[in-house]
Amino acid sequence: MSLKLEKVNYVYSTGTAYERQALKDIDLEIADGEFVALIGHTGCGKSTLVQHLNGLLKATSGAIYENGKNIYEDGYDLRSLRSRVGLVFQYPEYQLFEETVIKDVMFGPKNRGLNEEQAREKALLALKQVGVDEKYFEQAPFELSGGQKRRVAIAGILAMEPECLVLDEPTAGLDPRGRDEILSLVSRLHKERGISIVLVSHSMEDVANYASRIVVMDHGKIMYDDTPAAVFEHWEELEKVGLSAPQVTYVMQLLKKDGWDTDTGATTIREALKSILAEYERAGKP
Amino acid sequence: MIKARNLSYDYIRQDEEGNTESVYRAVNDVSLDVETGDFVAILGHNGSGKSTFAKQINALLLPTEGTLFIDGKNTKDVEKLWEIRQSAGMVFQNPDNQIIGTVVDEDVAFGPENMGVPREEILRRVEKSLKSVGMWEYRSHSPNRLSGGQKQRVAIAGVVAMQPKCIILDEPTAMLDPNGRREVIEAVLELNASKHVTIILITHYMEEVIRADKVFVMDQGKIAMQGTPREIFTQVEKLRELRLDVPQVTLLAHELKEAGIPLPNGILTVEELRWHLNRLRKRRMFQARGEVE
Ligand SMILES: Nc1ncnc2c1ncn2[C@@H]1O[C@H](COP(=O)(O)OP(=O)(O)OP(=O)(O)O)[C@@H](O)[C@H]1O
Ligand SMILES: Nc1ncnc2c1ncn2[C@@H]1O[C@H](COP(=O)(O)OP(=O)(O)OP(=O)(O)O)[C@@H](O)[C@H]1O
Ligand SMILES: [Mg+2]
Ligand SMILES: [Mg+2]
Repeated sequence: MSLKLEKVNYVYSTGTAYERQALKDIDLEIADGEFVALIGHTGCGKSTLVQHLNGLLKATSGAIYENGKNIYEDGYDLRSLRSRVGLVFQYPEYQLFEETVIKDVMFGPKNRGLNEEQAREKALLALKQVGVDEKYFEQAPFELSGGQKRRVAIAGILAMEPECLVLDEPTAGLDPRGRDEILSLVSRLHKERGISIVLVSHSMEDVANYASRIVVMDHGKIMYDDTPAAVFEHWEELEKVGLSAPQVTYVMQLLKKDGWDTDTGATTIREALKSILAEYERAGKP
Repeated sequence: MIKARNLSYDYIRQDEEGNTESVYRAVNDVSLDVETGDFVAILGHNGSGKSTFAKQINALLLPTEGTLFIDGKNTKDVEKLWEIRQSAGMVFQNPDNQIIGTVVDEDVAFGPENMGVPREEILRRVEKSLKSVGMWEYRSHSPNRLSGGQKQRVAIAGVVAMQPKCIILDEPTAMLDPNGRREVIEAVLELNASKHVTIILITHYMEEVIRADKVFVMDQGKIAMQGTPREIFTQVEKLRELRLDVPQVTLLAHELKEAGIPLPNGILTVEELRWHLNRLRKRRMFQARGEVE
């Protein structure tokens, strides 16, 4: 599915002392099957923005279109949008409320009308995909470690088989292997099933490794919207708004300064490796 | 500051009649020492027992087996509970479990108030700690109207304001942007350097531990590795087996080395890699021209 935001503004607690405009004139289009990363300083509006994508928050002004249909128009089925755009919340605790892990993951599919058995099947598959061991299925979610809770929360959304998967800092709290497992899973779902992905993350390394497009936000506005290489070329500006570039990008930039002919657009280990090795080889030629 | 001897912790699940249904050993026979003023990092896979261990330091959980001394006090000694909590302040993994005030500055004042710190001193500490995490301008906001990362900063300020001898931070930067992560680590290092506060940092970000004095790696409740950051991060394969990783620049250096560039093991920073690469490239150029053997 494609999602399009047009001049979206969002103001929290209008008319109170806490009034705060969290989104300012956001224009953004997420095409069907795209993998977009959303980055920005804490409090810049990422979570606010992604909660608009499944209709959880309603824009104060502006419009949102799903495959060309205005989601705020009378007769539009918001309930269906909510199940087709799966949103994994920033804090898994907000999402886990059933007595046991398995029931929690079955909740979504059951809500979509599947019977007990079908729902269980979906849940088992999803739990397996995110790497939650069977021994935890009958445990209460609060008895899990932070990273285990995170996995269960992601499984709960996967079990609904959404067309668009929105993940709000899904790897926060995961161990490095877990982080790679979850992101490879997301990447596989994207490639094999053509699911659109919106990934909110504070890890510059992760977004560079997985996304083909990065949207950078600053104080409620979109600052850059481009490929990883192009976005991280602006590492100095990014630092000014609380962000950074992947470590390898810094290596490439510094080597360039030192006279190496390195590819400063390299944002992943593989790209950096290739470029440094080539230059090192050249140094060996008389 | 911290002395653990054969420390274990079991989570026990009981059925309605109070019979034991299952026992899960989350911390298993851990013995370790942390000196006053140390900056110690704890790494380990999800569920390896890091938070359980941290909660024992602050006497929120008591040892099932073994003993744990905090600043010379046995955590099993109920009379010392209050003192232990005062000397070991904890920043929890989820800030929602920590923030209790309805206004940011009240929340930060809560700890010192409970300790009987005089009013004027409280105000001073609240200002200083909120500024150190960049949240001073949010002092009169309601915590539940803050973004995830902002809440986490407030939780950190709350513990800093109590000025404990030891601060345990359980994944304090998990929700922060790169700048926020750097600021928190700087703030923590500052406390460590200027006030000699003992720091226990639990994290899944490998780059954050390179300045620690000592790193412990947990695996299934046990201490699987310990050493300086360089000693730990030299062991790329072993860390991977434990579901961990090394900083990205360390990995890049490791792969360059595997590909034939004679770099030393355990490079930890961008500057270090830059220096070695420049040195090696120059040598290679000289060699190619036959100037040096
Ligand atoms: N309920 C609320 N009432 C008033 N302001 C709010 C509310 N929730 C969030 N805000 C403010 O809106 C802004 C955007 O918040 P949001 O949660 O979208 O940020 P974010 O980019 O997701 O940050 P983080 O990376 O820390 O999760 C922040 O400045 C925050 O303080
Ligand atoms: N209240 C509880 N009841 C039963 N088991 C628990 C409870 N809390 C934690 N556990 C189990 O104890 C083990 C250790 O959990 P702990 O929270 O200490 O891990 P951790 O290393 O902090 O992990 P993470 O990196 O995911 O935060 C896990 O397997 C977890 O499932
Ligand atoms: Mg957020
Ligand atoms: Mg934990």
